[in-house]
Amino acid sequence: MASLKDLRNRIASVKATQKITKAMQMVAAAKLRRAQEAAEAARPYSERMDAVLANIAQAVAGGGEAPALMTGNGKDDVHLLVVATADRGLCGGFNSQIARLARDHIRKLTAEGKKVKILTVGRKGYDMLRRDYAQLIIDRVELKEVKQIGFANADEIAKKVIARFDAGEFDVCTLFYSRFKSVISQIPTAQPLIPAATGETEEGSNAVYEYEPSAEEILGDLVPRNIAVQIFRALLENAAGEMGAKMTAMDNATRNAGEMIDKLTITYNRQRQAQITKELIEIISGAEAL
Amino acid sequence: MAESFKFELVSPERLLISEEVEQVIIPGTDGEMTVMASHAPIMTTIKPGVVTVKPVSGGEQRYAVFGGFADILPQGCTLLAESAVPADRLDRAELQKRIDDARHKAEHAEDLDERSRAELYLHQLTTLEGALIPA
Repeated sequence: MASLKDLRNRIASVKATQKITKAMQMVAAAKLRRAQEAAEAARPYSERMDAVLANIAQAVAGGGEAPALMTGNGKDDVHLLVVATADRGLCGGFNSQIARLARDHIRKLTAEGKKVKILTVGRKGYDMLRRDYAQLIIDRVELKEVKQIGFANADEIAKKVIARFDAGEFDVCTLFYSRFKSVISQIPTAQPLIPAATGETEEGSNAVYEYEPSAEEILGDLVPRNIAVQIFRALLENAAGEMGAKMTAMDNATRNAGEMIDKLTITYNRQRQAQITKELIEIISGAEAL
Repeated sequence: MAESFKFELVSPERLLISEEVEQVIIPGTDGEMTVMASHAPIMTTIKPGVVTVKPVSGGEQRYAVFGGFADILPQGCTLLAESAVPADRLDRAELQKRIDDARHKAEHAEDLDERSRAELYLHQLTTLEGALIPA
């Protein structure tokens, strides 16, 4: 049984931990709001981009030829997985969820006899996948220094991916990230990047366009940009999701610390009372003996 | 008063403007063009340059854009810019950095095709600089 002094120390230390988790929760809440705003502000661009792309893809499908980035190069042998995670831990199952999805995917692909290459974005994903698939990781990007994710960051990653595609290093590219559904729910998602998944064209948007310079040229410009936009969006959703997960995790931790303090305090009081009673009995029985 | 149409300027980071305008001047890759209401549907890439917007509410707004493309329909116009800032808030150092980058790229290009593309981009940037800085 721990002595009274041990218990007192224990309570003090848990209280200190609780203060830290509480502070982390509040920081995450503030950052979450900013990340959410950024994710929402980026939405119009990617929505319009999807609409325009679907439209133009339809126009090009009638004749001409679409760039390989969009239709793929016809092969399905080497897969590149871009795994985007957070750079920091302490956010519940956020990072491991993404890593697990990627790992399932890798297992499935290798069982089918495909070759897999991995590009990780964010430190945690690299740390987790390194254990099992170190030889598959061909490149990694860290965004630890970046405070607010800008389009330039995503563009850089997109350029790397495209350069590797052009060099024929892989045939199919899939992006892994966590979709931000709500503060308490993030859904790990696998999204095909190359070949691009084109959405359905909206009704009524089938106006006959004129293209300047030409549909093929615009598409050639548009598709790489679309990849950057998708990565950008994934990074923003990840940032918001990370903060949401961190907030929930830290809230839980604060509550657990509270429960622990309560329990320890009861034990402490009981022991103190027991000791007082014991001392009283000693005094009284000593007095009676006289 | 001229007819108005809906104009939206979006960059990946945010929606810069979305309002009814009378006319917009867009720096298309194949030349500047003025878009007014009921324009025939056209889609064009844009080069770095200045977008001039005349909203219905009067006045005139200028934005510096760095590449992207425009989707023009009779009922509205959407400009998807790679990066866009109000012209009066353009960071001069930032622009200079882009110019230096472009120059570096032009000088170190590996083949002729790449060099001519880089030089074109550099030229467009310096034109943009010339258009903005004295203003």
